[in-house]
Amino acid sequence: MSTSAQEIEHLISQEYKQGFVTELEVDTFPPGLDEDVIRRLSKVKNEPEFMLEYRLKAFRHWQTMPSPDWAQLKIDPIDYQAISYYSAPKSKKEGPKSLDEVDPQLLDTYKKLGIPLDEQERLAGIAVDAVFDSVSVATTFKGKLKDAGVIFCPISEALQEYPELVKQYLGSVVPTGDNFFAALNSAVFTDGSFVYIPKGVRCPMELSTYFRINAANTGQFERTLIIADEGSHVSYLEGCTAPMRDENQLHAAVVELVALDNAQIKYSTVQNWYPGDKDGKGGIYNFVTKRAECRGRNSKVSWTQVETGSAITWKYPSCVLLGDDSVGEFYSVALTNNLQQADTGTKMIHIGKNTRSTIVSKGISAGRAQNTYRGLVKVAKSAENARNHTQCDSLLVGDKCGAHTFPYVEVKQPTAQVEHEATTSKISEDQLFFCQQRGLSAEDAVSMIVNGFCKEVFKELPMEFAVEAQALLGISLEGAVG
Amino acid sequence: MLSIKNLHVTINDKPILKGLTLDINPGEVHAIMGPNGAGKSTLSHVLSGKAGYTVTEGSVTYNGKDLLELAPEIRAREGVFLAFQYPVEIPGVSNIYLLKAALNAMRKHQGLPEVDAMDFLTIVKSKVKLLQMDEKFLYRAVNEGFSGGEKKRNEILQAAILEPKLCILDETDSGLDIDALRIVSEGVNSLRNAERSFLMITHYQRLLDYIKPDVVHVLADGKIVKSGGPELALELEERGYSWLEGQAA
Repeated sequence: MSTSAQEIEHLISQEYKQGFVTELEVDTFPPGLDEDVIRRLSKVKNEPEFMLEYRLKAFRHWQTMPSPDWAQLKIDPIDYQAISYYSAPKSKKEGPKSLDEVDPQLLDTYKKLGIPLDEQERLAGIAVDAVFDSVSVATTFKGKLKDAGVIFCPISEALQEYPELVKQYLGSVVPTGDNFFAALNSAVFTDGSFVYIPKGVRCPMELSTYFRINAANTGQFERTLIIADEGSHVSYLEGCTAPMRDENQLHAAVVELVALDNAQIKYSTVQNWYPGDKDGKGGIYNFVTKRAECRGRNSKVSWTQVETGSAITWKYPSCVLLGDDSVGEFYSVALTNNLQQADTGTKMIHIGKNTRSTIVSKGISAGRAQNTYRGLVKVAKSAENARNHTQCDSLLVGDKCGAHTFPYVEVKQPTAQVEHEATTSKISEDQLFFCQQRGLSAEDAVSMIVNGFCKEVFKELPMEFAVEAQALLGISLEGAVG
Repeated sequence: MLSIKNLHVTINDKPILKGLTLDINPGEVHAIMGPNGAGKSTLSHVLSGKAGYTVTEGSVTYNGKDLLELAPEIRAREGVFLAFQYPVEIPGVSNIYLLKAALNAMRKHQGLPEVDAMDFLTIVKSKVKLLQMDEKFLYRAVNEGFSGGEKKRNEILQAAILEPKLCILDETDSGLDIDALRIVSEGVNSLRNAERSFLMITHYQRLLDYIKPDVVHVLADGKIVKSGGPELALELEERGYSWLEGQAA
């Protein structure tokens, strides 16, 4: 009498809308990883000598490390020799100087994804760096940003143009040997975005990177480095999609943020990597290390993430609060459906005095998915009057999914205040029926209830992203009612 | 407009309604009274399409359509409204958002354009005034932290905005103090007109002091055992239900 089995069947068969493949001529390394591959990679990218050293050091360390197994995740063993570590559209060899030189097929691909790179069509106010497999294919509004003194370019370009700046900061937040996936990334990362906001500058537009995995059997290893100099402000967004493929693909990124005195960075993510089919076949392994250092006094970093994609997500965007009076924030919505797994959360490391952190995590589990929040709040002896508030809510849709919470709290300073609130709830049949009785379809009802549950996080997202995130939640939940 | 014929309903194979027959004409107000467990709430749930009930026999025709064939949201869009006995809370979803989504779902079904935010606000504010509610209600999450009386008033507000053809009030008087009962009843009375029909389910006669029914039915053991005018309710108040149980209508 309520949603029919047929209707559910139909909804489940809805396709991942970004799952198409772009046919392009590409330069791809044969699968395999050794020091020669890394040398070749560094050479293809014409990198300064220090980068090759950096990569080799990371690679040697990585070889000694075991793959982490502490997360609440079931991961099939990954054959790192079966992955290709570099794939780039052929036309990109020299790097286009302007958008006119970008392969029209690539422009089409981004247009299809709803990210027109043509500056005329672009919503004014957002600059985009488009990363396709291993390389950045276009960056918009570079000129306008340059006028403000802002550097926004592919990190491979930054290594050519501003090697000293990259050298100074790269690996200073996430060292090469930090963890297994960060070490791998440090050895083989190919591209990503580089942002530098000079002293006292408020970045005149939102910056964004759109990551697209296209090639088969490749990994995407991107590296993002954002430096906000004293008194500067920047808001950065990232989005991700990939084609539907039966094989799992690895995405192991590292993001480093540095905020100096009185600087503010707002980093928002809408992650919609291909999640695999309803039987758990295929999908992206999203193993990402994101960390920010609030190095300066009174600096602030805010992470907002909406994670709806990927077969497996392993990700803990963190803040190291070094500067006195610095602030770290983490707002997260993680949604898993079908056989998706997510183990995600944050770390707030309080070192400076009067440092404050806020964590709001909303986990939604549907289908047979497993969703884990894992968070660490650490207050060092030096962090007098540190404060943290954590709120961690889980919502279950149906009765075959799971929600787990692992909060770790380590406090070495007696004046610290740490609060943790947690709830677990279920969308009840009564809520669904109530909405249907008011004329809403079951799927609209679930989407509305889930959006209500996520409201606190969505209000942290930039306007356009919030709208996108709401729509995405609706799509990701299709077929979840039953 | 509503014709229920010989309706038999089971829950987990247990018979609850056992041959219920009832006809409601446009504009009529019918009250259904009866002892606990007689099947009153089952009737409201079956009419609105809640899952978990099996119709084993009989039919329900609503404005010429087989009501039981329709999905719950379609019934709602066709004008069947249930004011819940226990309205649920939906955290984070504001009342006004739900109301707008619901109204637009109805309008879409009727082939009408969606209302824009400004027009909608005008509609809502006039209804809020009619029901003597505070506009703040609109921006609070649906029923979250509402008192019993506020929840019931909120149900009537929804009815006022969605303008149903058939309004089923499931024990709308339960949990209300005398002032709240009066306000809710005034709200219901303001919705009465020549086309709109009401089916009121209640234990107590006192609701009928405020909302005057055209017909009163007694539901006992899954059947209507007696029907009459408003005076029947007074008789029930005096004599209880036991004298009617086991009787046929």
